[in-house]
Amino acid sequence: MIDLLRNMFSYDFMRNALFASLLVGVACGLIGTLVVLNRIVFLGGGIAHAAYGGIGLAYYFGQDPMLGAILFSILSALGMGLVHLRTKARSDTLIGVMWSIGMAIGIIFVSLTPGFKADLMSYLFGSLLAVSGSDLQVMALIAALVIVFVVLLYRSLQAISFDETFSTIRNLPVAALYLVMLVMIGLTVVVAMRIVGLIMVIAMLTIPPATANLFLKDMKGMMLLSIGLGWLFSIIGLILSFALNLQAGSIIILVAALSYLGAAAVKKLIIRPKA
Amino acid sequence: MTGQAVIELQDVWAGYESDRVLEAVNFRMEAGDYVGLIGPNGGGKTTLIKVILGLIKPEKGSVCVMGVSPEKGRHFIGYVPQIQQDNKAFPIKVWDVVSMGRLKPNPLSNLYLTETDKAVIERSLKQMDVLDLAKRSINELSGGQRQRVTIARALATEPKILLLDEPTSSVDSRSSSQMYDLLAELNKSISILLISHDLTAISTYVKTIGCVNRRLVYDEKKEITSEMLSGAYDCPVDLVAHGLPHRVLPSHQEEDDHD
Repeated sequence: MIDLLRNMFSYDFMRNALFASLLVGVACGLIGTLVVLNRIVFLGGGIAHAAYGGIGLAYYFGQDPMLGAILFSILSALGMGLVHLRTKARSDTLIGVMWSIGMAIGIIFVSLTPGFKADLMSYLFGSLLAVSGSDLQVMALIAALVIVFVVLLYRSLQAISFDETFSTIRNLPVAALYLVMLVMIGLTVVVAMRIVGLIMVIAMLTIPPATANLFLKDMKGMMLLSIGLGWLFSIIGLILSFALNLQAGSIIILVAALSYLGAAAVKKLIIRPKA
Repeated sequence: MTGQAVIELQDVWAGYESDRVLEAVNFRMEAGDYVGLIGPNGGGKTTLIKVILGLIKPEKGSVCVMGVSPEKGRHFIGYVPQIQQDNKAFPIKVWDVVSMGRLKPNPLSNLYLTETDKAVIERSLKQMDVLDLAKRSINELSGGQRQRVTIARALATEPKILLLDEPTSSVDSRSSSQMYDLLAELNKSISILLISHDLTAISTYVKTIGCVNRRLVYDEKKEITSEMLSGAYDCPVDLVAHGLPHRVLPSHQEEDDHD
């Protein structure tokens, strides 16, 4: 085991993958908790898929796809947020539409771009082992932004998540806070995409907080435990993927999902056997 | 007897898109009042609350809270919403719920609780007799405890007016009468507006009573007239008095609500 780890982290790309997992774990733990508590998982998925439009456009115009993804995820976050705020009841339909439009734009511009584009697959399914130094810088920046956002606005975010009406009556800028939160979700989606790909981003955002919520009844605790769980899932997944030579992102998701199911079973059978 | 109006509605018409819910509503509440408004489901109780809180704009008419627009005046209102089943599972402690009463409009100034904030939160918890629950998660509370925590949150805003929406909907009768005793105590310093379909409970405790059903019947009296009730419930109502409290037994030929 020790030899395996020593061998594993003798590679630069493995060390990068580890740092990337840690940074993304922080952003996903904090933001994922908000996504789960606000019940906007679908919106998170929408932002992730719409971001593909930005990736396609950036490819076509020869720009950095990461930049395109960031731009598109921010725009789609704002668009979906406004729709969600205006038309509460039907917002899922419109979000579904934007989700598909983003994907469609992406696919068209990718196919219009001549030449070799194999690494586009990495945006769909993740490529943790291909994380570069500059990717790490972007991840660190976004993780730092998310930390500042959550720490500064914690009580306000908790309030709008728990009781929007009461927050409005206290004259908090509910809509503005909500939109900023969605932009933060968009940024988190972009960094998580490097690890597990946009299709599985939702799992990275939701499984750690859902697992934490089995045991903790406090938003702060949930956020911290989610970060820890995200790290744990990523590290176990990374080691397994190295040892078994399997795709890292998918292994991480499976580790996370199995851990969630295991934790739910433990809770049901051992902690509250009578419930 | 014209004291200062804490809430005043003049000729208010309000509703949603094609569905008008309130018509020509006039209502005036003064400092120290304890008003109970009853009405059937779908009769506009919730809409009336939203109008007073500035959450929806009336099509016509004017609304004043503490002499200014609802947006400016609503921070004087301690709002006690109905307990929502869907955020019952939200992971939050009683202390954190009540501390929402201390939220300031600028999100950046909510970074931490000041000593004053903490003192007010503690006082509010004590007033509602839930201080010992402060560290508990709200999921572990009974309906009555949750209701008191929600009132404590409203008190933590240091309100001039307490606005309660169906305060006894998820509370058993013993804790509901305890709650009304506490409200009577609070009414010594705070005006109270209580909205409910539970006529029996309301009529025992409030000072004046009115009915909402599209229109508002309110003449600043305690008595419920059968005219008021048939207006409010759209069906003939017999008033049967077994001493106090009044008991109301509707003799139904009720048409079902169309929705």
